[in-house]
Amino acid sequence: MSNEQNMPLWEVFIRPRTGLHHKHVGSLHAADSTMAMHAARDVYTRREEGDSIWVVASSHIHASDPKRSGENFDPASDKVYRHPSFYDIPDEVGHM
Amino acid sequence: MSAPLLHTVVQIADDHLISGHRLSEWCGHAPMLEEDLSMPNMALDLIGQARTLYSYAARLENKGRTEDDFAYLRTDREYQNCLLVERPNTDFAHTMLRQLYFATYMKFFWESMHESSDETLSALSHKAIKEISYHVRHCGEWVVRLGDGTTESAEKMSDAVQALHPYTEELFEVDESRQHGIDKGIFPDHANLKTQWQNTIDAIFVQAKLTLPEIGFAQTGGRKGLHTEDFGMLLAQLQYLPRAYPGASW
Repeated sequence: MSNEQNMPLWEVFIRPRTGLHHKHVGSLHAADSTMAMHAARDVYTRREEGDSIWVVASSHIHASDPKRSGENFDPASDKVYRHPSFYDIPDEVGHM
Repeated sequence: MSAPLLHTVVQIADDHLISGHRLSEWCGHAPMLEEDLSMPNMALDLIGQARTLYSYAARLENKGRTEDDFAYLRTDREYQNCLLVERPNTDFAHTMLRQLYFATYMKFFWESMHESSDETLSALSHKAIKEISYHVRHCGEWVVRLGDGTTESAEKMSDAVQALHPYTEELFEVDESRQHGIDKGIFPDHANLKTQWQNTIDAIFVQAKLTLPEIGFAQTGGRKGLHTEDFGMLLAQLQYLPRAYPGASW
């Protein structure tokens, strides 16, 4: 039943509560977006995990190539000055 | 205590227990993981509603029986669920259609129960309506997709309609007790429920490319305790544990 043609894969994103981001929680098989929404509700929100659901066809997601991890991510490793950690925060500001 | 009210509350509770039990039989056997969670989810909704109704029945009866005594320790003739809910799962198409028929009826039932003169039932209706509305939506979407799906799924859906439609009349049967409740403003007018039910099913059938069959005669009897052969097996499984291990708890 869950072959790729009739039952493609969907990625599920749940927002735990208003004001937070939708977070990827997993995937499931469904015939279309309506059924994917039902399945997401049944599979991923049974324990009050969230108040909003997004489903996205997995085929619509473009992922970075693991083989290019080196050129994609390594150049950032020695640019510590990109972290805003070189400022002196006046005491009056308190916790930031 | 009101005998007619008790009688009808037990009927509604039985509908929910048996319907929930049938759905629970799919647990671990569903065609896909997603439905393996969905059907027991719905089963738990129905069994939860049954618990509230049996507890209320026990209170109305006031003879020291508990919800479990009602659910597990009666004989087959004492169960008064409609025959529709005890029909075997057969296949996924049969199951989705059976649940759609029942859930659509209950949706309009609970909707009108918001105005019921009975406070317990009116309170339950607000919780139950949210649960049952999802059952209608979920089962309805499946009926549309199977009815208007492949040649095989359409055939299975149409077989399910032939097999189950004769059992739908009983949902709207009004016996003396229920009439008593309707007159007192506890239960809704069933002719009106039937119109609402029919309109919803008609709309879904158009989308599903299904046709309503001619019903030769309606299958009824459950409300009087006269069940189909499959009911014995269902009860055997349902009652095995509390009968073999009385008072078991965990």
